[in-house]
Amino acid sequence: MKSHLLPDFIVERIEDRCNRCGVCVKQCPWGVYSWNDDKTDILIDYTKCVGCQRCVVYCPNNALIVKPYYGSYRPNAYWTKDIISDIKKQAEQGGVLLVGTGSDRPYKVYFDHILLNASQVTNPSIDPLREPMELRTFLGRKPDQLEIEIRDDDIEIKTELYPNLVVETPILFAGMSYGAISKNAFLALAMASKEFGTLFCTGEGGLPKDMREEYGPVAIVQCASGRFGVDPEYLNCAAAIEIKIGQGAKPGIGGHLPGEKVTAEISATRMIPEGTDALSPAPHHDIYSIEDLSMLIYALKEATNYEKPVFVKIAAVHNVAAIASGIVRAGADVIVIDGFRGGTGASPKVMRDHVGIPIEMAIAAVDQRLREEGIRHKCSIIASGGIRCSADVVKAIALGADAVYIGTAALIALGCTMCQKCYTGKCAWGICTQDPNLAKRLNPKEGAKRLVNLLRAWSLEIKDMLGGMGINAIESLRGNREHLRGIGLEEWELRVLGIKGAGE
Amino acid sequence: MIKPRDDKDFQACGLFGVMDRSGERFNGKMVVEAMKNMHVRGNGLGGGFAVYGLYPEYKDYYCLHVMIQDWNEDAKREVDKFLDANFDIVHDEEIPTNEDANVVNPPLFWRYFVYPQKKGDDKRLSDDDYVIKKVMYINTKIKDAYVISSGKNMGVFKGVGFPEDIAEFFMIEKYKGYIWTAHSRFPTNTPGWWGGAHPFCILDWTVVHNGEISSYGTNKRYLEMFGYYCTLQTDTEVMAYAFDLLMRRQKLPIEIVAKILAPPMWDIIDHMDEKRKKLYTTLRMVYAPLLINGPWTVIVAHHGEMFGLTDRIRLRPITAGEKGDLLFLSSEESAIRAVCPNLDRVWTPHGGEPVIGRINEKALKKVVE
Repeated sequence: MKSHLLPDFIVERIEDRCNRCGVCVKQCPWGVYSWNDDKTDILIDYTKCVGCQRCVVYCPNNALIVKPYYGSYRPNAYWTKDIISDIKKQAEQGGVLLVGTGSDRPYKVYFDHILLNASQVTNPSIDPLREPMELRTFLGRKPDQLEIEIRDDDIEIKTELYPNLVVETPILFAGMSYGAISKNAFLALAMASKEFGTLFCTGEGGLPKDMREEYGPVAIVQCASGRFGVDPEYLNCAAAIEIKIGQGAKPGIGGHLPGEKVTAEISATRMIPEGTDALSPAPHHDIYSIEDLSMLIYALKEATNYEKPVFVKIAAVHNVAAIASGIVRAGADVIVIDGFRGGTGASPKVMRDHVGIPIEMAIAAVDQRLREEGIRHKCSIIASGGIRCSADVVKAIALGADAVYIGTAALIALGCTMCQKCYTGKCAWGICTQDPNLAKRLNPKEGAKRLVNLLRAWSLEIKDMLGGMGINAIESLRGNREHLRGIGLEEWELRVLGIKGAGE
Repeated sequence: MIKPRDDKDFQACGLFGVMDRSGERFNGKMVVEAMKNMHVRGNGLGGGFAVYGLYPEYKDYYCLHVMIQDWNEDAKREVDKFLDANFDIVHDEEIPTNEDANVVNPPLFWRYFVYPQKKGDDKRLSDDDYVIKKVMYINTKIKDAYVISSGKNMGVFKGVGFPEDIAEFFMIEKYKGYIWTAHSRFPTNTPGWWGGAHPFCILDWTVVHNGEISSYGTNKRYLEMFGYYCTLQTDTEVMAYAFDLLMRRQKLPIEIVAKILAPPMWDIIDHMDEKRKKLYTTLRMVYAPLLINGPWTVIVAHHGEMFGLTDRIRLRPITAGEKGDLLFLSSEESAIRAVCPNLDRVWTPHGGEPVIGRINEKALKKVVE
């Protein structure tokens, strides 16, 4: 069938710069570049280009420009080029449209409608270059109060404490499974977590045995609906266990790792036959209600001697506040809320773009609800899904989160350019692929360095923002909505976010 | 009369506290002199005093100082009716005032000495919790009526004006007590309201406070989980409730509470011996929402104890002084020196390090039993 689709990108070559070295042919996994028969010229088929910019960055002569294809249909505000292209694709293929990464739709970004406060006159700002500024964060259940016994000079805590995790910055790496991403990318996340003093989540693909001893203590191991790679040693080597109920990019559906990506090592890690599709069901088939979740939480706690906090990750959906309250009462120590901007390696486009609610609203609603019920201290909240910069971190924490997960931002640090083709397994940057030739493009040591740099940079910026507000410990920002003001928001939006408008 | 706006109240202030640790009562002259010395720390929009050991003749009864805004007769009648229904009123009278004092639009002040008459479900409450509940009712439900102090054998006198004007209005120098705390207010965004002046009081706990809390939202929302609703929108209210929760309800001593409200830096905790490290880490972990950030100083008092505390990095210092049984706490050393030039000792404590004055046990019996 002749395809009616227009190209997405166009490649321009600056001819007097190009010396036909052939780097672009080697770098492009999409087949845009090819040698002519006698290897005297490089041909360009830009219809195959996905805009990943790999060739542009690696062209030694800076001879390439990749830009969106500017030819289009008759302009139409309703039947846009995207809409027309999707219909044509489906008419040609008859299937669900797949995409990677979080939603790119122009929904309102609430983070960009919130402004931060700073001290003037009545309260001194604190200079992070000269004064200590503390970001250390504890994740887990806290008791209602401490009972302390004082005998002569000896002070003893009588209250029994729940296990808590310590991170040196309120930024953790979100669940991205080995299988969805390459071993090198996975390793880079683990190494960076260890070096910086934070944690990474394994996603649902297990933790390779050779990584358990060294990186188990900085891993949050996931137990998802497919139960891939879950064994007692996996649970016990980790810092914490995360039950994944849902994901912001595709609430209500499971995951799908195509058999082509299930290599020998992935097969061993996930404990499934090599080359078979790894399909995680939409629900956990042992959790059809909240009491079932509670049983799984306690089964995992039993299996790990009550030594590890249990996280429960859900997608931000309409009744997220009530659901979160149930999860706390079911015994979760940490709730992860994944907003509708959350990333994915593969999701049906219709789910990614139309299901869920913004993380800002979800965090505000959950935090408020748990406070009204007097149980906010019984769990920590991690905001996940679309955290783009340090200001987003600060805003999420001021709205009520304890910490954030970053996934997409971490991958961008590793090289990702958001081409949205993760589901093809052909990632030119060696991140979202199991092709050994592509995966080796990512050096885990260098990747870890980039991730550590990103964490350091954001942490420094967070300290600046805190200092400006006259705060020298991150806990004094948590749920502190007095330091937020809305701009360009309607009354109901301000109400849900629990913040005042600018100037109020 | 203008009431505070529905937004946060920023203020800077002058504080003073003096205690005779032997329990000996003395009149208010010294404290007024000290406050005069710090005149420029206020702007005339609020001053007040708390006195302990004030009513020895009624020391077994809760004393409610009630402010009736605009001399609203309905409010006064309603308060009378409400108190009569919920307490035995042993004695009540108008608090004497000096009409020649330099104050504008003073409300009516009345004091009631009462004994709880618990009925029905309320029987399960302790006397203290019962009194708090009834005080909250008056403050939130009876228009124009505010209970400004509610402890036994103590009282608060406060209003709009410089402390020396308020002292003159209430004729403070006639009263005697073994602890005096005082406050001069410099609000930056409210026109001044008699009820908004300090000290802030629940039961026999009083707080005078100077500073602006940058963690206000965090602290306020944590306290709400324990049933404290900050209606006055002042930082002081947050302080008072934090002390009430930790010290009265959770029974933690000030030495521990100081490390919750103004904890040491992680860098210091990390270098402590294992036992202390565990204690300090646990305190910070569990009570993180009660870290009070930003610049502040407080002087807190209740029967038998007065203490001063500053924020963790001492953005608003406090000075302490001692002379025999007398312990002084002040925003400025000069105010202490003005009333007691020959001090035995004078010092400025580190941030987060409480200065605690405790009455000796025998003397305490004398005042409270």
